[in-house]
Amino acid sequence: MITIENLRKTYGKLQVLNDVSVSFAAGRVVSVIGPNGSGKTTLSKCILGMVLPDSGDIKIAGESILKKYAYRSQIGYMPQIGRYPENMKIRQVISMIRDIRKDVKQVDEELIGLYGLTAMYNKSMGSLSGGTKQKVSAALAFMFDPKILILDEPTAGLDPISAEILKSKILKEKKKGKLILITSHIMSEVEEVADEVMCLVDGSVKFHETIADIKAQTNEMRLSKAIAKIMNDEED
Amino acid sequence: MSKIIKYVFYDIIRNKIVLGYTLFLLLLSIGLFNLSGNPDKAILSLLNLVLLTVPLISIIFATTHFYNSYEFIELLVAQPINRKKIFLSEYLGVACSLAGAFILGVGVPVLLFGASITGLYLMLTGIFITFIFVAMAFLASVITRDKAKGIGIALLLWFYFALIYDGIVLFILYTFADYPLENATLVLTALNPIDLGRIIVLLNLDVSALMGYTGALYKSILGSLWGIGLAFGLLLLWIVVPYISSSSIFSRRDL
Repeated sequence: MITIENLRKTYGKLQVLNDVSVSFAAGRVVSVIGPNGSGKTTLSKCILGMVLPDSGDIKIAGESILKKYAYRSQIGYMPQIGRYPENMKIRQVISMIRDIRKDVKQVDEELIGLYGLTAMYNKSMGSLSGGTKQKVSAALAFMFDPKILILDEPTAGLDPISAEILKSKILKEKKKGKLILITSHIMSEVEEVADEVMCLVDGSVKFHETIADIKAQTNEMRLSKAIAKIMNDEED
Repeated sequence: MSKIIKYVFYDIIRNKIVLGYTLFLLLLSIGLFNLSGNPDKAILSLLNLVLLTVPLISIIFATTHFYNSYEFIELLVAQPINRKKIFLSEYLGVACSLAGAFILGVGVPVLLFGASITGLYLMLTGIFITFIFVAMAFLASVITRDKAKGIGIALLLWFYFALIYDGIVLFILYTFADYPLENATLVLTALNPIDLGRIIVLLNLDVSALMGYTGALYKSILGSLWGIGLAFGLLLLWIVVPYISSSSIFSRRDL
């Protein structure tokens, strides 16, 4: 569904993405892992067109998306740190986005209900805690029934119950044949929801395999140990 | 796109600065018309004050507004909307609300106390100056990510066009006083939208007789309908050039 070809991006002298080529199929949950500053967020922002790559191509359903914008109707994005106009209320943000996306008939409000956001509709975005902002971001990402979901550290600020709600929502959407990209540092969580793991180190793809394959190759039962083993092996 | 403009409007109306700006202009114009018995004189004083304050407030307000809308813009770029459209909506939202404040604050008193062709030129000049300085503000805002730097650049632009430029022109005129400078002055005027606006209005007042040879030259070129058209065309160019360059920087930039 998404094909990335020889993607490169530098910020000044810093090479953030170095010749990344991967492809992700529909109906899969792919976890993008890697140390801090390895280019995970930059990669997802490139797919969204927020960051413009220096060279290379990104294709969604066979078509290049560079310099286009209509394709974003198929993507739901949940940023790592959701930033919203501080003086707008939750209700206003949600109704504004919905107003802009009026063409979408089927609106998925499940997360708004499960997170009890309606009770907080009149709170301004500036007064919300980080976790509540995350809930708003999650609700917005899933709202328009997108074919691709990009979730950047979705559970980082959420309490365990809210994180659980999000995980079950991710699995539910996966069954509908959606492609879900998750960046995360929490290996237990990755193991729970993901089918494949893609590891970025210093802007290059270290490996991109299914969780079962990784475990089989390393003879480890737990994903975190398996990945630690791979990383250590490469260093030796 | 009209939807985005609508939300930009909401945001601007909610913060009271534009309202205060309208009241300030209203008070200023009514005061000046009441202080001087002659409406022409009042328009002249008003012109000088407008050419100083309108650029300053437009450029500072637009720059701060752009930086404060960063979150709003970030929210929109993840949606299926063209970035150029987001930028245009921001621009039109800010420029139109400031121009609206100007029309209310200056236009209504001019219509009441000194409705004339000069008054009309004053209005047009003010509106053009608003659009020009909002475009410059956006250019300053997309050049740098740092808010303090952006506002610094905006203030420098204002200083340059409102104060320093005239000093440079005077310096040139005195240094080369022995040479025929009429055409050079004309070019120098075109290079500063504030001067251009001032000349458009001044030429329609009797005071242009006091401006000597250059005034006569201005009158012969800009006094005709064709000349006025040319002057406004130049003002339009002053909007388009900064706007196009800032829009293209914005659409090629990482967010």
